[in-house]
Amino acid sequence: MMLCKLSLKNIKKSFKDYTIYFFTLILGVAIFYVFNAIGSQTVLINTTKSTYEIIDLMVNMLSGVSVFVSFILGFLIIYASRFLIKRRNKEFGIYLTLGMSKRKISMILFFETLFIGLISLIVGLGVGVVLSQLMSILVANMFDADMTKFTFTFSTSACIKTFIYFGIMYLLVMLFNVYTISKCKLISLLYGAKKAEKVKLKNQVICTIIFIISVIILGIAYYLVTAGFEFLDTADKIFIPIVMGIVSTFFIFWSVSGLLLNIFMSMKKTYYKGLNSFILRQFSSKINTTVFSMTIICLMLFVTVCVLSSALSIKNSMTANLEELAPVDIELYKMLNLTPEDGENTNAVIEDSKFSVRDTLEKNNFNISEKLMDVVECYLYKEEDFTLAKSLGGNLDEILKKYRYLKYDSLQNIMKISDYNKIAKLYGNETYTLDKDEYLIIADFESMILIRNQVLKENGIITIQGKDYSPKYKECKKGFVEISSNHINDGIFIVPDDAVDESMQYGNMIIGNYKAFDKDGKRKINDELQKITSKLWNKESLISMNSKIDIADNSIGLGALVTFIGLYLGLIFLISSVAILSLKELSESTDNKMRFLMLRKIGVDEKLLNQALFRQIGIFFMFPLLIAIIHSIFGIKFCTIVLESFGTKGLLPSIIMTAIFIVVIYGGYFLLTYYCSKNIIKEK
Amino acid sequence: MFCKVKKTTKLHNFVIMVSERRDILESILKIEQIEKYYGNKSSLTKAINNISFEVQEGEFVAIMGASGSGKTTLLNVISTIDKVTSGHIYVAGEDITKLKGNKLNQFRREELGFIFQDFNLLDTLTAYENIALALSIQNTAVKEIEERINKVARELSIKDVLNKYPYQMSGGQKQRVASARAIITNPKLILADEPTGALDSKSAKMLLERFQYLNDTLKATILMVTHDAFTASYATRVIFIKDGKVFNEIYRGEASRKEFFDKIIDVVTLLGGDLNDAL
Repeated sequence: MMLCKLSLKNIKKSFKDYTIYFFTLILGVAIFYVFNAIGSQTVLINTTKSTYEIIDLMVNMLSGVSVFVSFILGFLIIYASRFLIKRRNKEFGIYLTLGMSKRKISMILFFETLFIGLISLIVGLGVGVVLSQLMSILVANMFDADMTKFTFTFSTSACIKTFIYFGIMYLLVMLFNVYTISKCKLISLLYGAKKAEKVKLKNQVICTIIFIISVIILGIAYYLVTAGFEFLDTADKIFIPIVMGIVSTFFIFWSVSGLLLNIFMSMKKTYYKGLNSFILRQFSSKINTTVFSMTIICLMLFVTVCVLSSALSIKNSMTANLEELAPVDIELYKMLNLTPEDGENTNAVIEDSKFSVRDTLEKNNFNISEKLMDVVECYLYKEEDFTLAKSLGGNLDEILKKYRYLKYDSLQNIMKISDYNKIAKLYGNETYTLDKDEYLIIADFESMILIRNQVLKENGIITIQGKDYSPKYKECKKGFVEISSNHINDGIFIVPDDAVDESMQYGNMIIGNYKAFDKDGKRKINDELQKITSKLWNKESLISMNSKIDIADNSIGLGALVTFIGLYLGLIFLISSVAILSLKELSESTDNKMRFLMLRKIGVDEKLLNQALFRQIGIFFMFPLLIAIIHSIFGIKFCTIVLESFGTKGLLPSIIMTAIFIVVIYGGYFLLTYYCSKNIIKEK
Repeated sequence: MFCKVKKTTKLHNFVIMVSERRDILESILKIEQIEKYYGNKSSLTKAINNISFEVQEGEFVAIMGASGSGKTTLLNVISTIDKVTSGHIYVAGEDITKLKGNKLNQFRREELGFIFQDFNLLDTLTAYENIALALSIQNTAVKEIEERINKVARELSIKDVLNKYPYQMSGGQKQRVASARAIITNPKLILADEPTGALDSKSAKMLLERFQYLNDTLKATILMVTHDAFTASYATRVIFIKDGKVFNEIYRGEASRKEFFDKIIDVVTLLGGDLNDAL
């Protein structure tokens, strides 16, 4: 019991040292709870079946991510407790000289961890429960749920899960502490603090050379993920710039302090002004001893920025896309004129493929004129052998080199100009006219547009039914036929009406709006169509549907999934990296205290001292963030290329949101660290 | 009671003696009946119990006393690191017990030079930068910093360690660098707290010879706290402190260092066992 009392007193006494640690633990617990409680919050929302499925997926993914998160937090906690033990070496040394056994010291640490763990868990859960009420507003907002009936939610399962996960983490910390204590020697415990720090001076020339090489490598990596994107034609090649980036980041941190120091030392007027020489030396010695952690922190921040801004931007674009890409309620499509050779289809399906969408629907007692309005019917055509490869003409070889993964043998879609204009008019898109021997391509998938534009510019003459057609425009026109949530139209050839005949028909579609004027009415028709198509699919007919309601449900769910996972990972990464920075800074507070005391003795003003401390911590915090931001500029650019089909509409607001997150959390930790350090150096 | 009266009389004589000297030299440091108490009513420690003395410009004064005699407290209150409970301390005519906040820092920066037992050099800076810091916080121009450091480095023979870090230097070198930092601002008063405490005898001798040089040639005023008779023998005057009071003081006058050393030893013997232990 004595030991228990001693631990409690220790915690109380060194509460100041533990501030950042406590703060981080509480934040970690709270975030863990909040994201695991989302599942039970969504239960309260009335949703359709399709949304329900995606929520289920989201909850599963969040718990998967939680395992990963618990690993990160586990490492963070062990790392942090290592710092705290180091700070108390002398105390343990005194215990040992007084004859206390190592086992008893381990017991003290055990109780301390237990108390800290319990307090942080309880406070963290409290904070988590409050925050999760705010989260429920966000959840309801995402799923367009009714917010008028606010209910207080408490997720027992999330609570238990938090207890179990953090319990395991704390147990590991205890084991780690016991191990550390059993390993340490009395002499180093007592005099460890007095060890003179050797200033590792790096060769100026080597530093400069390594810095320049690193910057060049980083530049190449940047080029590869943006302008030189084409070189990354297979998925595994993406690791080349990633490894280059990691290695060069490490060496930039390795060399930068020597370089900066040399540059500033040559600027004598600045260097020998006030405490500048002191601040710079402090910074460089800290960077020198923490190259590895700085690299990790910088990369974590980089991932945070990219994940947060991409996730938020995907969510934003999805909402924006919906209005643009699904301008009508329903699009029904069906393959026509199937033959037994076209894959494994039942006889009924093949028989049915002779009829139009309208016929099939009416056969199944769906009255089109009663249920639908603004109806447009149209056909898709194909030409035997008119594949993607052929449509690329003379540019094929060159394109083949760059894009190996395209499906070159797929038949290209052809459509009559009159049909397309009807659709375009309904969608509110531009309509076109064509001369007898002209054609144009409608597309909205950015990278396919680039490929096709190249062809259109150079020759682009195509042959249909033995007749040549030349492109009316030297570029693809933006547009689409099928409604969807993303820009996925890779190109439809629009030709004069007499260029094709009925024998070439291979698809039929009906596009229109539901004849209903409220949500429920539309949903009723939607459900009815869904029932018909899913009943017929693959058994009696290849009729399929795309509806605005389904797309909206899906994109809301997908948007929520991406946002929550992005937020979860982003927040944890951000907190972990900034907490490590804070702890690093504070762990050196004893050394700093001595240094600042010395400065005070030779008569440095209090204001100047605080300024020096502020700058020192500021530079230490800003530096990895700065490099992470430079990385992120290219990282986000890369993300927009990869996630191109989602569109990049919400990029700016999402970057602003990310910046707000970083400023609040990073800035908060920075100020907390500054005030803690200020208190430490104030003590006499 | 009787004892107290006797002490006061002695002190009275001392003050008269000092004031006679005032006509000759200007008083740099004047301490008037200072007291420093620690603790509360139930357990009061009188670290300094009514001390008064003066130091003239160009003097090299050593303050001797055993551990716990109050000599470090005395130095701390003169250096404004600590505050007196009562009394006044004048440096070049200014009452520094009245100074507050940044005025204090300014005073320390401009009027005082410090030399500590454990050197107190910043381990992240080179010797040159350590010395330069004392000037750069006074916004001295770079060119002047360079000139003055070169000059002081010659005087203290530390030219060849200027670009080294503290961990690369010997104790004696570190202390000379610390001394260079203390004198480079041309302070009115140099305060040294056990400057030879962490040095071997050879380095200590070398440092003290430098102090003597600074005092003789550059007319620096030095107030040094020590418990070591050998160190004190380099001074021109030694003030002995016991239990927070001035016990005795002796002037070197025309005597050689060796003779002065013997005189100091005599007083130390008179003082009693405490200081002998420390010898």
